[in-house]
Amino acid sequence: MKKTLALILALTLVFALAAPAAFADDAFKLGSSGPLTGGAAIYGISVMNGIQIAVDEINAMDDGFKFEFKSQDDEADSGDKAINAYNTLMDWGMQVMAGTVTSGSGITVAAQAFEDRTFMLTPSGSSPDLTADKDNAYQVCFTDPAQGTLSANVFAESFPGAKVAVIYRNDDAYSQGIRDTFVKEAAAKGLDVVYEGTFTDSTSTDFSVQLTAAQAAGADLIFLPIYYTPASVILQQANQMGYAPKFFGVDGMDGILTLEGFDTSLAEGVYLMTPFFAHADDERTQAFTAEYTKRFGEEPNQFAADGYDAAYILKAALQAAGCTPDMSAADICDALVEVITTISYDGVTGTGMTWKSTGEVSKDPIVVVIQDGAYVTPEF
Amino acid sequence: MNLKKRFKEAKSDYFTYAGVILAFIVISVLKANGGLNRSQTGLLVPICCYIVMAVSLNLTVGILGDLSLGHAGFMSVGAFAGVITAMGLYNVIPSAPVRLALAMIVGAFFAAVIGFLIGIPVLRLTGDYLAIVTLAFGEIIKELITCLLVGVDAEGLHIIFNVSGSKTATDLNLLEGGRVIIKGAQGATGTKTIASFTAGFILIMITLVIVQNLIRSRHGRAIMAVRDNRIAAEAVGIPVTRYKMMAFVTSAALAGAAGALFGLNYSNLAATKFDFNTSILVLVFVVLGGLGNIWGSIIATVILYILPEALRSFASYRMLIYAIVLIVVMLTTNNPVLKTYREQLREKFGKNKDKEATGA
Repeated sequence: MKKTLALILALTLVFALAAPAAFADDAFKLGSSGPLTGGAAIYGISVMNGIQIAVDEINAMDDGFKFEFKSQDDEADSGDKAINAYNTLMDWGMQVMAGTVTSGSGITVAAQAFEDRTFMLTPSGSSPDLTADKDNAYQVCFTDPAQGTLSANVFAESFPGAKVAVIYRNDDAYSQGIRDTFVKEAAAKGLDVVYEGTFTDSTSTDFSVQLTAAQAAGADLIFLPIYYTPASVILQQANQMGYAPKFFGVDGMDGILTLEGFDTSLAEGVYLMTPFFAHADDERTQAFTAEYTKRFGEEPNQFAADGYDAAYILKAALQAAGCTPDMSAADICDALVEVITTISYDGVTGTGMTWKSTGEVSKDPIVVVIQDGAYVTPEF
Repeated sequence: MNLKKRFKEAKSDYFTYAGVILAFIVISVLKANGGLNRSQTGLLVPICCYIVMAVSLNLTVGILGDLSLGHAGFMSVGAFAGVITAMGLYNVIPSAPVRLALAMIVGAFFAAVIGFLIGIPVLRLTGDYLAIVTLAFGEIIKELITCLLVGVDAEGLHIIFNVSGSKTATDLNLLEGGRVIIKGAQGATGTKTIASFTAGFILIMITLVIVQNLIRSRHGRAIMAVRDNRIAAEAVGIPVTRYKMMAFVTSAALAGAAGALFGLNYSNLAATKFDFNTSILVLVFVVLGGLGNIWGSIIATVILYILPEALRSFASYRMLIYAIVLIVVMLTTNNPVLKTYREQLREKFGKNKDKEATGA
């Protein structure tokens, strides 16, 4: 027992000593919160890595503009943990927030940030509720309804006459949000939705029922507004059944090629809509992908790209508003709210990004298809 | 039960009340003088909620002796009933404290009703079977609330039970100026937060009065008799089911009130928050504090709730260290060597012997 205690004490001391050194006062304090532990940690860690790269690049420029960055874990919780993470950042002296990573915690934090007058730009919180009725909350990613509408448009143009099945997760706001607008738009555009299957977090390991029903309904195009982990199971099981419809995913599908233990040949021919394409031709994306791969040993996904862009967008906005690091968070917030709708930004997740006063971003999505283990622009 | 022992037990109750009141006064003074930072202030209300959760679960697990793994389900029922009440009455009752009180009462009521309905089949079971059925119940509640669409407008509440998953908030057909309270999977969004630390303190005090008096009453002794030996209790004519139900429903109602307070502290609340993990978390508070030991539940809740927050400086090692600390604490509290050592200490300082002995 004594040995264990001694070991724990020693470990504690080591961790305490390893705390990072403090920065100078001439830097803006940039905070972000997201899931860094638990099942959704992959998204949070990607975003934080993306922000970290952007912050390091910004600090290396000699234009006198500096960020000091700190991230906190909110375990993707929409209640107490989200607020605890936000409060910890506020105690640290956060002036602008590049968070949160998930929508659920974002809605909670945004309400609190609205009261406190803290400006927040969420890299990947896609729910429209996050920005609704608040002038201080903006998004880098598409909203869920926007993805639903865009998908329905692509379906109507590129797959006319297809029999569409939708498999979505009905205990997840993201999935449900996309599905709701998709089905509404699909009906308006005369698309033939022949089957809708649902699953929940606890039933995301077996899709034989949904796939059999979709096959029986004659679906030849399956829309998957879900994240890539359950999608990988669907692809596997469909393959085992010998059922080969076209699959179409949204931005949550991004990352399926880097999923461990997944046979990527199964993802061949899968369409997905993503704002980010790691192998795009432009210089910025290539530089970002190279740096990210070098540092973290894997290709960046769209979450990392969203985080990367968020830090640069905040820099552009802070400079446009003429903010200085000695201003309070509330003053910065008011100044940023004035300018955010006037700036236009070219980043790795889109060019000519502009913001509406509702908080929503305007940018073009990219539809890609997976071929030979890489994303390529599809020919319809 | 002789008078002297009763007096001593009552004394330990008064110590609990005094301790909680003292903590409230100290924290309130600190808060008023700016002695607490934001994150500490932000922890106050959830700690109050979890204390009530732990004390009420202790009634089921420690006093009644039935392992319940679905306590978060009652919290969930209370939370959503409370949010619907508070948001539904938003334009009717302008006073936030009154709405909060009403929300907690409604939350407690609905949780009690559900507790009663669940109790009918569940309390026929014992041990592992009961644990599994309560676990299933917690999951069912989560799924049901995920199907719920609720809105309010000038005509009153609109509720849709969205089983097929094909309906959305627009199907509520709210009039102009109406607001959606619960949006299915997205949970309750846009809730106006009205929970306060004072309300949390009052709720803890009410919980303590109810639970401690129940334990010390005739009913409480009957409940403990059922726990200790069901057959013997039945043989002496104690209506087992009635007393089990009494403890179970009281426990559920208190959890419901705690849920309402919790729900009204955050502007967004999804049903998935109250999953199996939350039930287990509360159970950990209870087990660590000592089964049947009310005071222990309170202390354990405070420490274990603050711990992961206090460990934030360890960044990614945070949850790992939290888990290690949990294991170490569980081992040390049950270590026979340390137990004897504690006994010796206690004999040395003599006084507290009787008080500690009640925590079985």
